[in-house]
Amino acid sequence: MSDPAAMDVEVVTNVVFAGLGGQGVLKASDILADVAFASGLDVKKSELHGMSQRGGSVTSDVRFGHEVFSPMVPVGEAHYLVVLAESEVDTSRHYLRPDGVLIAPEWIDAQRLTNPRSHNVALLGALSLALPFTTDTWYAALEANLPERLHAVNREAFDIGRSDVR
Amino acid sequence: MHACDRLLLTGDEAVAQAALDGGVALGAGYPGTPSTEILEHFDTLGGRAQWAPNEKVALEVAIGAAFAGARALATMKHVGLNVAADPFFTAAYTGVTGGLVIVSADDPGMASSQNEQDNRRYAVAAGVPMLEPSDSQECYELTLAGLEISERWRIPVLLRLTTRVCHSKTVVRRRRVERPTSAPRFERDVQGRVMVPAFARPAHRRLREKLAGIEAWNEPSDLNPIREGGDALGIVTSGVSYVHACEAAPDARILKLTMTHPLPIGRIRAFAQSVKRCVVIEEGDPYLADAIRAAGIGVESAPSMYRFGELDVNRVRRILAGDITPEPVPPRGKPPSLCKACPHHGVFKVLSKLGCITAGDIGCYTLGVLPPYEAMDTCVCMGAALGVGLGLRHVLPEAEARRVVSVIGDSTFVHSGITGLVEMAYNPPPTGHVVLILDNATTAMTGLQEHPGTGRKLDHTPTARLAFEDLARAIGIANFHVVDPATEDARLEELLVEALGRDELTLIVARRPCVLAAGKIKQYERAASTPTGPAACEDGNNESGGQE
Ligand SMILES: Cc1ncc(C[n+]2csc(CCOP(=O)(O)OP(=O)(O)O)c2C)c(N)n1
Ligand code: SF4
Repeated sequence: MSDPAAMDVEVVTNVVFAGLGGQGVLKASDILADVAFASGLDVKKSELHGMSQRGGSVTSDVRFGHEVFSPMVPVGEAHYLVVLAESEVDTSRHYLRPDGVLIAPEWIDAQRLTNPRSHNVALLGALSLALPFTTDTWYAALEANLPERLHAVNREAFDIGRSDVR
Repeated sequence: MHACDRLLLTGDEAVAQAALDGGVALGAGYPGTPSTEILEHFDTLGGRAQWAPNEKVALEVAIGAAFAGARALATMKHVGLNVAADPFFTAAYTGVTGGLVIVSADDPGMASSQNEQDNRRYAVAAGVPMLEPSDSQECYELTLAGLEISERWRIPVLLRLTTRVCHSKTVVRRRRVERPTSAPRFERDVQGRVMVPAFARPAHRRLREKLAGIEAWNEPSDLNPIREGGDALGIVTSGVSYVHACEAAPDARILKLTMTHPLPIGRIRAFAQSVKRCVVIEEGDPYLADAIRAAGIGVESAPSMYRFGELDVNRVRRILAGDITPEPVPPRGKPPSLCKACPHHGVFKVLSKLGCITAGDIGCYTLGVLPPYEAMDTCVCMGAALGVGLGLRHVLPEAEARRVVSVIGDSTFVHSGITGLVEMAYNPPPTGHVVLILDNATTAMTGLQEHPGTGRKLDHTPTARLAFEDLARAIGIANFHVVDPATEDARLEELLVEALGRDELTLIVARRPCVLAAGKIKQYERAASTPTGPAACEDGNNESGGQE
């Protein structure tokens, strides 16, 4: 993965999340958007969730930097593509830049998660290694976006994501 | 309120925040993607927000509030304005006293709609000013500007949003807002508000005068800024297309139109003359391009292939390059399907088995059109199940007419199915007819909103419940049954077979809560029986609710 220190906030960073309805694609993108926002950057987040709850494909785009224009990541311009469902890798790969990084669902060993539903947050942990944000900012965003009873289990999942990366 | 509050909000949330900061006394609407979250957020913030049975009623309630001098907001998706078009057109004549902002949330690309109609045409047709934000900050500012313009010219204002603007989160800074100080009071104005022909004729003239005044005001106003750039390329644009254009053509000079009706034609003319090449970039219909050309200003516009669907940065690049080669087709994602334990399964299993001709409607249950059931034959607009089913019955040969069933959701039935039921009793087909209401105790499609049939208000507190059985009796429907589609599918099949064989009118209510709503409904009921009021429902690691 790229060196976080090399990240240039003058350039807009593009992250696309993809998965199926109910997997927490939108929640993951909300958390990342909050982290970038709390870090003082300009942020735009956009999503297409036609009928997400009923199991269909869902994608969500987060862009941050000094100044962001369009809320949508143009096809072929994502620096990071975070995929929550195996089946969605092929349907979303076209978003990636040629040198972009795919963070695939199997990056996280599901066996290690106390609650399989926190897979989305574990993948954020993996993504966080590439981004210039402090873990405290991430923890604060997790707490702001999740009910209290899920705080501990998601912090654990996030830490697994940060350590489990190949 | 801190003047420098920095927030990360969706466009919908920003409209709600502005409504609150601007002192909107009442927000009324009917759910519809992508507008639904406006009133939900307004309620969360402490504003007074109400779901009406449909958009027409919502707008009428908002008009009444504005007649009384209060600031009011009416929200709906684009097709909702079709339903509300009747009051919309004549409210332009009557005008208002308190500020009235009407939100039309359009859905170019049809992320979750049955058409991609471009409601900018409605502003022209009705003769109301229209504002188009490009991000959440502008949603905030233009909701406030809309209220001010509405009060200054005593005219309703259309705030036209699109899916991307509604559902994108961008940074918003709140500001200190001057609120009107006068309390609502009734002021009689018979000539202004009773639209009999003698009063409506001068009202139409007044409307045109107001529009001329607004047009003159809009010309030099700072609502339509120019982003400086070289003179090689000029772009005239509005709404979310503006931010795509900024990214696609960083060196271009860009005129961003924020009040897109009435248009500042003089400003557009001067802009077009200031650049060597001038291109109109807009999503949907060639609304701006047609109006600008009609004024005799030479501009380029997008080839017709770009009229379909949403724009994005790459499409704007293609338009500017004049590229009309076929666009890359993105891989097809997985289509949605009914939840595993959805109560609608039981109904479609039976309809499919009996080979019914199903006049369907809009909601989660429209997914009954997909395999394995393929049990829906028509779906036009909300409420059409009734009328279309009756029309089929009236003219089909008897054997086919007997297979026709109208299928409609509970929220949709209340929205616009009731008059269809009256029509059925008034003009019954010779073979009778059968209507199935799929009562899952919520408006599931748009994310689980209440409606008059649930007996709870927008904030989930109890209110009067519309009882379908009482309604059927009052309308004069001979046969009425309630079944549980999950546990009584055999009985449902029996009832249907019997009803289809008779020349009578039958209403069957298939009643069982949506599986996503059931837990929440229990919470609301529990909260209603404890004095502390309603408890907020929590979502977990994923999001709940759907979209349409
Ligand atoms: C005029 C209009 N307003 C709003 C909508 C958005 N919309 C589509 S279906 C629907 C209601 C769905 O609720 P219901 O009929 O109870 O069916 P369910 O989804 O619960 O199965 C709404 C609000 C629309 N398509 N048209
Ligand atoms: S959300 Fe409710 S009504 Fe819609 S498919 Fe799921 S269970 Fe059925």
